[in-house]
Amino acid sequence: MSRLAATFEALARSGRKALIPFITAGDPRPDFTLPMMHAMVEAGADAIELGVPFSDPMADGPVIQRASERALEYKMSLRRVLAIATEFRKTNQQTPVVLMGYVNPIEAMGYEDFANAAQRADIDGVLTVDLPPEEAGECVALLKARDIDPIFLLAPNSTDERIKKMDVAGSGYLYYVSLKGVTGAGHLNVADVEAKLKQIKANTRLPVAIGFGVKDAQTAKTVAGLGDGVVIGSALISKIEANLDDPERAKREIVDLLVAMRQAMDS
Amino acid sequence: MTEKYNMPDERGHFGPYGGMFVAETLMLPIQELNAAYQQYLDDPEFIAELDADLKHYVGRPSPLYHAERWSRELGGAQIYLKREDLNHTGAHKINNTIGQALLAKRMGKTRIIAETGAGQHGVATATVAARLGLECVIYMGAVDVVRQSLNVYRMKLLGATVVPVESGSKTLKDALNEALRDWVTNVDNTFYIIGTVAGPHPYPAMVRDFQAIIGREAKQQCLDQVGRLPDALVACVGGGSNAIGLFYPFIDDRSVKMIGVEAAGDGVETGRHSAPLCAGRPGVLHGNRTYLMEDDDGEIIETHSISAGLDYPGVGPEHAWLKDTGRAEYVNITDTEALEGFHALTRMEGIIPALESSHAMAYTMKLAPTMSKDDIIIVCLSGRGDKDMQTMAQREGIEL
Repeated sequence: MSRLAATFEALARSGRKALIPFITAGDPRPDFTLPMMHAMVEAGADAIELGVPFSDPMADGPVIQRASERALEYKMSLRRVLAIATEFRKTNQQTPVVLMGYVNPIEAMGYEDFANAAQRADIDGVLTVDLPPEEAGECVALLKARDIDPIFLLAPNSTDERIKKMDVAGSGYLYYVSLKGVTGAGHLNVADVEAKLKQIKANTRLPVAIGFGVKDAQTAKTVAGLGDGVVIGSALISKIEANLDDPERAKREIVDLLVAMRQAMDS
Repeated sequence: MTEKYNMPDERGHFGPYGGMFVAETLMLPIQELNAAYQQYLDDPEFIAELDADLKHYVGRPSPLYHAERWSRELGGAQIYLKREDLNHTGAHKINNTIGQALLAKRMGKTRIIAETGAGQHGVATATVAARLGLECVIYMGAVDVVRQSLNVYRMKLLGATVVPVESGSKTLKDALNEALRDWVTNVDNTFYIIGTVAGPHPYPAMVRDFQAIIGREAKQQCLDQVGRLPDALVACVGGGSNAIGLFYPFIDDRSVKMIGVEAAGDGVETGRHSAPLCAGRPGVLHGNRTYLMEDDDGEIIETHSISAGLDYPGVGPEHAWLKDTGRAEYVNITDTEALEGFHALTRMEGIIPALESSHAMAYTMKLAPTMSKDDIIIVCLSGRGDKDMQTMAQREGIEL
């Protein structure tokens, strides 16, 4: 069983939901990422989505765009993100790590070389924003052959047919993008998410993590209750951006927010 | 290729290129767009409305003009200019925006968005939006807003909101990113009019089909005027919409050479250029797989060209396919050479070309003398140069 599947199964057994923080690797600088990952685990993260910076992040709002730009100034690359993940795994064998990014850096490395490198780095999942199941055949086969979960996105306008398609192509979990829009956009509508989750759950057995628009502990608790986990991205990166001159302080604020979310979700 | 050319496949692939590389939220809208497009492609009422607009509003057919003096001066092939500069709004871009706007209307969309580089597509979009009374938002890189301020003013006069894009390199690719972000946020009421043969399926095929009127007319006009097909076609390639529009109806006419001219900026060897087909490699950007300008890590690199309309790191996927199959050839022309083409056409024929089209003119100056006086080259004069007066004056140290 994959590390992601085991994590969601254990959480389900204890009646808890997954807390999945997202940070862009290399933001605000490369040496920040590894200690931040460990700190997020201590704060209660069940899995980590590690953003691979890309020059043209078409699905991201300004907060994550700027995070990508900061990381790219330090020449953060897919190879270097894999190196960070490898370091992380040396002292943490439990927490799943999911790479999240765009397909072009993977194309540049080559699908097979990437799949091999991801396996060596003990990566658990790969979420490629602009690689829908229609185009993902080759990549999915290579990942699955190495026990790496391909994670797919679902959107408010995903049909039953598409949800079923993701259920077949994906594994680990499905990531429900709760808003039509880019990352960091406004606030989600709980009733809409609740209705959509019923439809999604009717079409997949995979756990569903919900993201986009989750900014505080109360929303995290509410949203997590509708699915199997919650993804927090822009809210964390905003802390980094607000403290560019003091990354240690950014780290403390991120930890505080995650601890508050964990407590709210478990209460 | 003995069989009739029949690209793309039903999922938008031109061999390994093209496709639908988009985030999930955009899958439904592009599928809806494709369904609407397939429906109206053969709808006599739609075609009739489109044809009437192209005739009475755009001013088609555009002339195929024999540039006799210039041909004589160059001492080789006879040069014929396909005069897309004479279209309403001054470029080929409106052939496509007219078509997509009619689709938007039939799909019940009330809001139009577009990206623009040189501003020609933005103007052509704002124009059709004004005519149909649709809300219109144009995304334009902040750098381009400055170097094409005249077109910015035109778009505003036409009632469009022009949003300067400050992210990334602040040029066309970033405008496209921002337009995609808008679309993903406002998919329900918004129609995204992409201006070139790039983006996810069905855009490359749809924009090509709307632009193919260039080649259909040119072919008939050449047969009428000269009595035979041309020997070569020349067109500039940024995203590649005027080029594919000219080439497409000739693809099965194997005797006709097709040459796309990319922007070499300071020279391909300097790295400061916009010539992905000549010097890039395949990757995925803006919804399709194609040749890109990227570094070893797959990050898109900044492009350079004096012409804002060619300043793009990708290229339409069909051009990638035509290159790989050898059906078309792709060359490049530097900024300096393009300026020579600009002046030559202006002085020889009394036609001031756009800087984009000037790349095609400059290559024609190299090509024509190598051919015989009986040979025929059709060059796409994709736009007029009025918008470039500021850039030209600045480059030549003249204060206006």
